[in-house]
Amino acid sequence: MCLGIPGRIEEVRGTEATVSFGGTRRSVRLDLLDNVSVGDYVIVHAGFAIEVLDQETALQMLNTLREVFRE
Amino acid sequence: MRFIDEYRDGELVKGIVGKVNELLEELGREVKIMEVCGTHTMAIARHGLRNLFRRNLDLISGPGCPVCVTPGSGFSLVFQAAETGRTVATFGDMMRVPLNGRSLSTLRGEGFDIRVVYSPYDALKMAEEEPEKEFVMAGIGFETTSPLFASVILECNRRGVRNLRLISLFRLMPPALNTLLEAGDLQIDGLILPGHVSTIIGVKPYVEIVEKHGVPAVVTGFEPVDIVESIRMILRQLVENRRMVENEYTRTVRHEGNVKAVRLMQEVFKPVDAEWRGLGKIAGSGLALREEFRLFDAVEAYGLKPVETGEPPGCLCGEVIRGSRKPVECRLYRKICRPDNPVGPCMVSSEGTCAAYYYAGIEK
Repeated sequence: MCLGIPGRIEEVRGTEATVSFGGTRRSVRLDLLDNVSVGDYVIVHAGFAIEVLDQETALQMLNTLREVFRE
Repeated sequence: MRFIDEYRDGELVKGIVGKVNELLEELGREVKIMEVCGTHTMAIARHGLRNLFRRNLDLISGPGCPVCVTPGSGFSLVFQAAETGRTVATFGDMMRVPLNGRSLSTLRGEGFDIRVVYSPYDALKMAEEEPEKEFVMAGIGFETTSPLFASVILECNRRGVRNLRLISLFRLMPPALNTLLEAGDLQIDGLILPGHVSTIIGVKPYVEIVEKHGVPAVVTGFEPVDIVESIRMILRQLVENRRMVENEYTRTVRHEGNVKAVRLMQEVFKPVDAEWRGLGKIAGSGLALREEFRLFDAVEAYGLKPVETGEPPGCLCGEVIRGSRKPVECRLYRKICRPDNPVGPCMVSSEGTCAAYYYAGIEK
């Protein structure tokens, strides 16, 4: 039930946004976040965005892991 | 999908698992790691991660399935709301939980109005569209979920919606973890901490618990790379004799959490003592609506009374929730208790440990 899926914000309309999950679009509530913009990735749980995904940190961590553990 | 596929890179998983197995060999003893969250349990089963590690790693599942930890008395309130003519809005996970031979699903078959919603906001929209009906939301979940309901209650207040109420069965994770570790019988060597509960509450609430009990703990994301990397981080702590809270899920979890979500949750709810299946009563581990929002309390408004129900005979769900028994140790597992005929909630919920074991084909 704590499932959260990352999706990309395509449009913001006040407290709602259109979020694309790999091309599938859904309306998502933004009540729990301030300052989200188009292009942000958000983690969506039960129709609400619960956090903005930090893309830079994500890529950094992946690169480090790949360097160390991927032959 | 972006930010999912990269974390399912098989070669990368293999590389990290290689290191995990080296560390396991170095430790040379049995290591018991608990994944607290049901979504982790399901991910581990679905991606077949259990079979990748050396035999001295024992992964056990914890109390992180909201439907499973809700005692029968909690469900009885939801049943009553439906039976007394209210329209119940619930997550699909609850529909087939058996209670004295019935379930929300069979109640719906008897003609009661029970609707599955994807989001609590859907319940608000239905209440606005059908003002002649009284709606009751079944509020089940941990810190990931309760802020959503808090925001819906506040929105009802703002819009003057008066035909939507809540049965608050929410539970808080840190007090349950503390209780589990306090009991001490499980001798857990490490904790895979729930990523989305932590997205809301941050890393800080675990620090005191980890310090008190001296157990390495890592806040973890939900993809295979996240999970194996988190296990590597826990083992590394054990080898280096460190005991602390680390964060693997840095792309989502901030140290302080989602401050706005926590504020909304605290504005609407206050902590109360609550009963957990398998763990008993835990101080300050539940949430009740604050005085200002009593208007939205379905239990009070409709005089609902919790009915104590015993556990189904032979069902080990309580022990499975606390990690002291595994589904395969249950006599009912796979023989009588299956997803199409669940005896207890651990086989019903998509996050239940028994369901996860069943779908992963684990027989012994």
